[in-house]
Amino acid sequence: MTNAVQDSNRHTISVLVDNESGVLARVIGLFSGRGYNIESLTVAEVDARENLSRITIVTSGTRMIIEQIKNQLRRLVPVHKVHDLTIEGPHVSRELALIKVASTGEKRVEALRIADIFRARAIDSTNESFVFEVVGATEKVDAFVTLMQPLGLIDVSRTGVVAIARGPKAL
Amino acid sequence: MVHHDTMTGAEILLKALVDQGVDVIFGYPGGAVLPIYDELSKQNRIRHILVRHEQAAVHAAEGYARSTGKVGCVLVTSGPGATNAVTGLADAQCDSVPLVCLTGQVPTHLIGNDAFQEADITGITRPCTKHNYLVKDTNQLARTVHEAFHVARSGRPGPVLIDLPKDVVQNRGLYQPPSKTKSKYNPQVKGDLRAIEKAVDLIASAKRPVFYVGGGVINSGLAACQLLTQFVRMTGFPCTLTLMGLGAFPGSDPLFLGMLGMHGTVEANMAMHDCDVMINIGARFDDRVTGRLNAFSPNSKKIHIDIDPSSINKNVAVDLSIVGDCAHVIEDMIKVWKARQPKIDERALRAWWAKIEEWRGADSLRYPASDTIIKPQYAIQRLYDLTRSRNPYICTEVGQHQMWAAQHLRLDLPLHWLTSGGLGTMGYGLPAAMGVQTAHPDALVIDIAGESSIQMNIQEMATLVQHNLPVKIVILNNQYMGMVRQWQELIHGARYSESHMDHHPDFVKLAEAFGAVGLRAERPDQVDGVIAEMLAVNRPVIVEMRTDASENVFPMIMPGMAHNEMVLGQEDRSRDNPGSEQDGMVLV
Repeated sequence: MTNAVQDSNRHTISVLVDNESGVLARVIGLFSGRGYNIESLTVAEVDARENLSRITIVTSGTRMIIEQIKNQLRRLVPVHKVHDLTIEGPHVSRELALIKVASTGEKRVEALRIADIFRARAIDSTNESFVFEVVGATEKVDAFVTLMQPLGLIDVSRTGVVAIARGPKAL
Repeated sequence: MVHHDTMTGAEILLKALVDQGVDVIFGYPGGAVLPIYDELSKQNRIRHILVRHEQAAVHAAEGYARSTGKVGCVLVTSGPGATNAVTGLADAQCDSVPLVCLTGQVPTHLIGNDAFQEADITGITRPCTKHNYLVKDTNQLARTVHEAFHVARSGRPGPVLIDLPKDVVQNRGLYQPPSKTKSKYNPQVKGDLRAIEKAVDLIASAKRPVFYVGGGVINSGLAACQLLTQFVRMTGFPCTLTLMGLGAFPGSDPLFLGMLGMHGTVEANMAMHDCDVMINIGARFDDRVTGRLNAFSPNSKKIHIDIDPSSINKNVAVDLSIVGDCAHVIEDMIKVWKARQPKIDERALRAWWAKIEEWRGADSLRYPASDTIIKPQYAIQRLYDLTRSRNPYICTEVGQHQMWAAQHLRLDLPLHWLTSGGLGTMGYGLPAAMGVQTAHPDALVIDIAGESSIQMNIQEMATLVQHNLPVKIVILNNQYMGMVRQWQELIHGARYSESHMDHHPDFVKLAEAFGAVGLRAERPDQVDGVIAEMLAVNRPVIVEMRTDASENVFPMIMPGMAHNEMVLGQEDRSRDNPGSEQDGMVLV
């Protein structure tokens, strides 16, 4: 790359695809085959009538690489729309995590206190464990996980990032 | 109960193929496709060419497609039939050849069971096809076939695979005609007019311009090639072609600089390096063209016209890009050019041409003549001189002979040059020639081959004989994998590791064993004679020419070097070390 020294930036890309078998493999195969990063990837059907799914990808690369990624995605036949939320204006992004903490005594109390500060909900409880549900930006989830580590954190399950543009316009 | 409007999947498939204009299928039967072959035997709209290996079926379809501008069609069975086709599909993907490959598959209820001759071919071919389908419902079959042809030929063309489980072709379902099939896949063909106007202004302001034209123009069609020729001649600017673009602009036109790139002419590469405006039409800044990227045409404004947005700014950042089909964009450029009547800088252009003539003076394709040993370049030149009046279709395999052919044949017509450019597939030429001859039964079709490449698909000699395809195969036998040997000589200290084949078949006897004609030339004075003999026979012919084993392809831009750092010949060894590796990138 002539511009290999360019700064690498993180981008959140929304992709609207036909909800058909193999479409996710095409997207993931494109990233692995061409050596692009996937920091997070989420997918679910968003329009049952039109049979459309929405994929949200967080990736990083130089300006040229990000442009390549978007153009390569647009080449895929079942891909209808590719939008770079990071450069197309303000957007909100959220991640949900389920976090299991196993501890007793003071640690257990501290875990609950911190969960309260993060507005995490306890959605499962035993005498020696909690499962917390925390929703927020990736950084917030990261921070919560870090704080739970010394308090008996034993299991983490995260959805990856979903994102949507602010304002009245659709994708 | 048989519903009156329904047909079997196999019937639907063949009807859909006929409706898509298919007249030839290249294929090989097997268990999973027997219902389709049964149906094929009951009709005479589609001709089937029975190959000897599935890879050859795909290359043959490529030859058919590239020489006609139509979509090539392949039919193979499941499992090994399908996996054997993969190299051909990858080749078609790299060179943007429109194909539809039909593969058999085990019945739907067995998919995923590791059944006999089962392979996940949609999974395997996902990265080496433009798109692929697994049909699970007979009612979806016709729609899928129509969409597959549409996808294969639209936008940047490419291979599309349809996997057909045996039950899907046996069950009954409804046919759907092409006119009732809508696809959401509709790539942009018209270029942005504002960008085209800007491009015309930039072109008109150039003092040292060059047209750099690739296979995209040929894929766009004959009209695109004619428009390109018209536009280049209107400007009077020099034009170079990539390996895949040869024929898009007449090779005999004085504005033509020859091929560019690793084995391009001095005038083409130097013009690229020193130009101030580069007009890239349908080429993709491939690494074999650009040489070292940070020294590639350092002082030029670059215009890039391509139908595939992902080709733009992929390797080289350009100043002005136009996404669209070459024919449409060039047509609009000509319109704008005519409307504006731009004043070009005639004086600067004359000086630029003077410079180019100086580079031409280097006569970079010259080679030492010999009257004792056949120089491969001489063989190719004689072949060209003795056949050009018949406008032959030229196919090649991959290696030195391919580069010499690209350098020395000055082809005037598009669609007459077939070579494996992107993937570099040895064994491409013979089956591709088979496909060309099928499409053009009366044409002269020549495969220029090396003795190593030809052995990769030599079994197709039997196909040529069976189907009366009088392809002429000219083997330049230098006893080595020549290009491998050349790189070993120049880059790996002349250690010829495994590039020499101690044993070759007797190609004359081999041709005869297949029922073809075998000829041989061992001295330069025999070359014209065997070519004349070859042309006189209306049967498949192998001509073996024993050529100089030590000859190398020059000029050469060594890996990691720039356009202005060419090695001109054996005597010019000042630069025969490869350039320095940069940013940890390994040179290829």
